[in-house]
Amino acid sequence: MNELIEFISNNMQMIYIVVLMIFVGVEIIGHVPAVLHTPLMSGANAIHGVVIIGAILVLLGVNPENYLGQALGFVAVLLGTLNVVGGFVVTDRMLEMFKKKK
Amino acid sequence: MEYIFSLEFIYLIASMTYILGLKMLGKPESARRGNLIAAAGMTMAIFGTIFLYQGEVPTFIYILIGTAILIGTIIGWVIAKKVAMTKMPELVSLFNGMGGASAALIGLIEFEHYTGDQLSTATIVAGIIIGSISFSGSMIAWAKLNGTLNKPLRLPKYNILNNLVIISLFVFAGFIAWSGTESQLLVYVLFFAALAYGILFVLPIGGADMPVVISLLNSFTGLAAALGGFLYGNMVMLTGGILVGSAGTILTFAMCNAMNRSLVSVIFGSFGSADTPAGDTDSQTITGSIKKTTVSDVAILMNYSQRVIIVPGYGLAVAQAQHAIHELEQLLESKGVSVKYAIHPVAGRMPGHMNVLLAETNVDYDKLVEMEDVNPEFSNTDVVFVVGANDVVNPAAHNNPASPIYGMPILDVENAKSIIINKRSMNPGYAGIENELFYNQKSSMLFGDAKGVIQALISELKGM
Repeated sequence: MNELIEFISNNMQMIYIVVLMIFVGVEIIGHVPAVLHTPLMSGANAIHGVVIIGAILVLLGVNPENYLGQALGFVAVLLGTLNVVGGFVVTDRMLEMFKKKK
Repeated sequence: MEYIFSLEFIYLIASMTYILGLKMLGKPESARRGNLIAAAGMTMAIFGTIFLYQGEVPTFIYILIGTAILIGTIIGWVIAKKVAMTKMPELVSLFNGMGGASAALIGLIEFEHYTGDQLSTATIVAGIIIGSISFSGSMIAWAKLNGTLNKPLRLPKYNILNNLVIISLFVFAGFIAWSGTESQLLVYVLFFAALAYGILFVLPIGGADMPVVISLLNSFTGLAAALGGFLYGNMVMLTGGILVGSAGTILTFAMCNAMNRSLVSVIFGSFGSADTPAGDTDSQTITGSIKKTTVSDVAILMNYSQRVIIVPGYGLAVAQAQHAIHELEQLLESKGVSVKYAIHPVAGRMPGHMNVLLAETNVDYDKLVEMEDVNPEFSNTDVVFVVGANDVVNPAAHNNPASPIYGMPILDVENAKSIIINKRSMNPGYAGIENELFYNQKSSMLFGDAKGVIQALISELKGM
């Protein structure tokens, strides 16, 4: 129990962010017309590509002797990049078609 | 100190671009800019992480990172640009899986650095589980939408089996975190077990429910990214991940609502489940015969109508008939017929998918009418033209409590004066359910490939 309290007080800042971001996410989607659900899902898909930051941090901090770690880290960065680039480009391609006509 | 400050500042701006970007994605006018803003924020965060990193890093590591990003960018860009618009849902699923795999791999590598620290280990194993499920699940969803795997596959007692697997997965993960083991082997076992669960989880779910599954797995990946952020105390991963996790969850529920199904019934399956073979019972209750019609009859009917409503479904997209239907619409409009499109929330393979496909052909935005707005209009509509849609116009949703789609809101096309249904054959729809609409007195079937039929209609109408 003490550990839990300690954990919470040590990470108060992050807990704050988590709770607030949950509300932000709910609010943002609440007002979206169904028409845009597919692009929105695709856009959100690209944003969770932020996991690539973690993959980069892994590679930056990996032990130069740890070849397995480097190989896996390389794959992780590659896959993360696919998620980010593919996600944003696809979303842009979908939205390109929504441009207003005069 | 200054370096760290400036990186944190970049992360803050990046987090703001994600929120702003998602917000702007919610409005047609600003959606494209919103996406670009979020992309710019992401680019900043990535380069900031690489160039403002504190610590000695051998050059070859930078080369490794650079190469991975370069290859990923080229492949991602090419795939995203080349793939046909009809294939969008499976593409989203594919990219989602990549993110999940990335999160799981991070956990695999980082595990050895945090042994003994229970909370960090717990974060890591949770990230491995969620990331792996998201990866293997997305791959199955991708294969299903692709048509490679088109039947729900069910092991006997799959619900009980799946629940047992997920519970043992968590117990096992809890053991790894709590015991403070240093065994890499156990973590790899966990990784593969979670991959297997992802497959077991998605395999029994029918193709029609894939959008919901993809949306759910999308929020899973967000959560996995957020767990990584928690581990590193990295704010941008935390904000981005949680944002997608929560937004994705809301989106999942919105999709379930549109189909009037609960998330539980999607996951644990009630679409044609083993106990009630829906196809069989339904076909027995439907009596009567179907009426066939010809292209020239339909052309005459439409030519002398005042109001026509087109109900497009995925069949239209598969036949690549979006452009043809737009041409038909313009031709009819030029003859003084009012034409609208009735868009069911789950038409196509994802909510809004049909809108994207029709927008691609420059169909006027105002002509796409959503279900609630169009339903009252069917009663004074002369002709409803159903192209490649099936389940979204199945009256069983209203009047057959035994039907698996009972309760799903549908387009009330049966209120129109006459109904023309274009289908390739009498095969039941995606959900595998018979449709009594076809046997309705007002219905006429126009068999054939959507594109060919519409083009024939156009040339017939031009001659009038």
